[in-house]
Amino acid sequence: MNRPVLQVTRLSMDFGGIHAMSELDLEVHRGEIVALIGPNGAGKTTFFNCVTGIYDPTGGDVVLNPPEGSHSIRLNGLKPNKVTEKGMARTFQNIRLFQNMTVLENVMIGRHCRTRSYIVGAILNTRATRREEQETVEKSYRILEKVGLADMVNEFAMNLPYGAQRRLEIARALATEPFLLLLDEPAAGMNPNETRELNELINKIRDEGHSILLIEHDMKLVMSLSDRIYVMDYGKRISEGTPAQVSSDPAVIKAYLGEDIDA
Amino acid sequence: MFSVEELKRSLLVSFWFAFLTFPLIVIKVDPIERTVAWRWDNMFYVALGAFVVSLLIRVFNVQKQRRRERIASGAIVEREPLIQVILREPRYLYPLTGAVLIFALVFPALFSTYQTNIMITALMYVMLGLGLNIVVGLAGLLDLGYVAFYAVGAYAYALLNYHFDVGFWMALPIGALLAALFGVLLGFPVLRLRGDYLAIVTLGFGEIIRLILENWNQFSQGPSGISNISRPGLFGIDLSLEGAILYLYYLMIGMVIFTIFVVNRLQDSRIGRAWIALREDEIACQAMGIDKTKTKLTAFALGATWAGMVGVIFAAKTTFINPASFTFLESAIILCIVVLGGMGSIFGVIVGALILILLPEHLRALSEYRMLAFGAVLVTMMIFRPQGIVANVRRIYRFKGSGEGGGA
Repeated sequence: MNRPVLQVTRLSMDFGGIHAMSELDLEVHRGEIVALIGPNGAGKTTFFNCVTGIYDPTGGDVVLNPPEGSHSIRLNGLKPNKVTEKGMARTFQNIRLFQNMTVLENVMIGRHCRTRSYIVGAILNTRATRREEQETVEKSYRILEKVGLADMVNEFAMNLPYGAQRRLEIARALATEPFLLLLDEPAAGMNPNETRELNELINKIRDEGHSILLIEHDMKLVMSLSDRIYVMDYGKRISEGTPAQVSSDPAVIKAYLGEDIDA
Repeated sequence: MFSVEELKRSLLVSFWFAFLTFPLIVIKVDPIERTVAWRWDNMFYVALGAFVVSLLIRVFNVQKQRRRERIASGAIVEREPLIQVILREPRYLYPLTGAVLIFALVFPALFSTYQTNIMITALMYVMLGLGLNIVVGLAGLLDLGYVAFYAVGAYAYALLNYHFDVGFWMALPIGALLAALFGVLLGFPVLRLRGDYLAIVTLGFGEIIRLILENWNQFSQGPSGISNISRPGLFGIDLSLEGAILYLYYLMIGMVIFTIFVVNRLQDSRIGRAWIALREDEIACQAMGIDKTKTKLTAFALGATWAGMVGVIFAAKTTFINPASFTFLESAIILCIVVLGGMGSIFGVIVGALILILLPEHLRALSEYRMLAFGAVLVTMMIFRPQGIVANVRRIYRFKGSGEGGGA
């Protein structure tokens, strides 16, 4: 039986009396691209924050099943850095790069949780540290090649054009060696050209064996990329299925366009 | 050069200044003679001064804006500052370092003992600055109580020497470790704090340490301090005063080189990058798998270590310490060194320390205006060069072909 890499059951998040998200079920299978869509304020980013440990959900379970090995990991209550260590990395809706670091260093940060060297090793510059640094640099460079930023390695992140910053966020997340990648509106603010490149990039990442869960407002991108789509509104799941199923679901049309007065 | 609009604005600024300073500058009440002196000419000078300064800032900003536009339009290419080129290129950097080192080594032979003594103080502040630079410059944690760790180191040596006759070389690592421990101790309660709140708590921590030392007489002998602390020993040889100063000078040179070596290694390492990431964006930093708690605590502990070591050296140098040496002003000066020199830049911190410590010593005639000049310099720096005298340079990596990685 093929277990889903991410299994979310009855996940809820309350802020005081506000139910930002209630009893949400969601699954991502291996090698799948799953999209989470919904009108503004539907609770999509809240969902991401709960899953990645930035918020502690008030109810429900988040379980990660790494493709290698048979053990499951319950993520509730884990800190964000632990979640990343378990193999799930994310990007942010409003770009959160390390602005005053170079492009390469941004990606090297992603390798932090996969490397060990510490203070003493760094001061003495031991052989193990040197080998690890070399490996970090090489792997980071290869990831930058993959996302098409190899000619900008020494630029400061803040000097990059917008589309490149978005790609750098993905590169940084990839450097943590995740099997599941969470993308929060990766195409926001991109022009059609950049969006097309992003589409190719996401497909390429999937073909390398990563599973992807993304939040996106660009419906063209969502429809062409996703294997399955979940639709949220007012913190609840209102629809789920293939792009064709979802786009013809009356509940979805109602959420996006409103109800027909004559009906 | 400048438009009528700008002249008008500067004029407004100068009126405003004249108005604001009016009660202090113009009116002088003599309570004994029961007279009021109206010094209108002062008002004129203030207005004139404010006008000129404001106009200069405006002209500077306009020039900067024009330059930026020309760079953006491609008319001129932005040149990298000379100092950055020197710091990056080994063929400039190594000879420069060598020259500085040779100068430092022959310094006592060229100058008087008095000058050497001042230099020792300056070098101590270089070390303090480099230590605080880890906390403030790299990890971005604004620490206003740094002097507390300095005090911990100094008192560690003074008390150990007083009660148990512990020698300098024994006390040096003990002071460093104790300061690191206090660093972690301070680190725990402030883990959740950032920015202004962190600054307030660290400020309080610094004051707590000083007040304890001042009031706990049985422990630290209170405000009267501890005297007759042993100078550092050199294989049991008794040194004359001059000899001791000379010895301390070379000791400090060695310590500073050691500090630079360690900080340099750290800042381009895995842990150094984690510190900078923490400074840049805490949430993203955690999301990238960095343990925030551990990273913050190591920054506090490592920063404090240097202060502890300098504290031990300070106690050995002056042979007398009391709590008056560890006031908030010290923390402020060390912070100024870091900010003025350039946050995160080793070279910048060294330059900052030398300027801020040596200049007041050599301008003793103007000592009354020291704090005024201090404030003025900092304000000017923040307006014109917020990144400090020497901006931080990040390491450049060069790649030949694809996939082949190698640092440069």
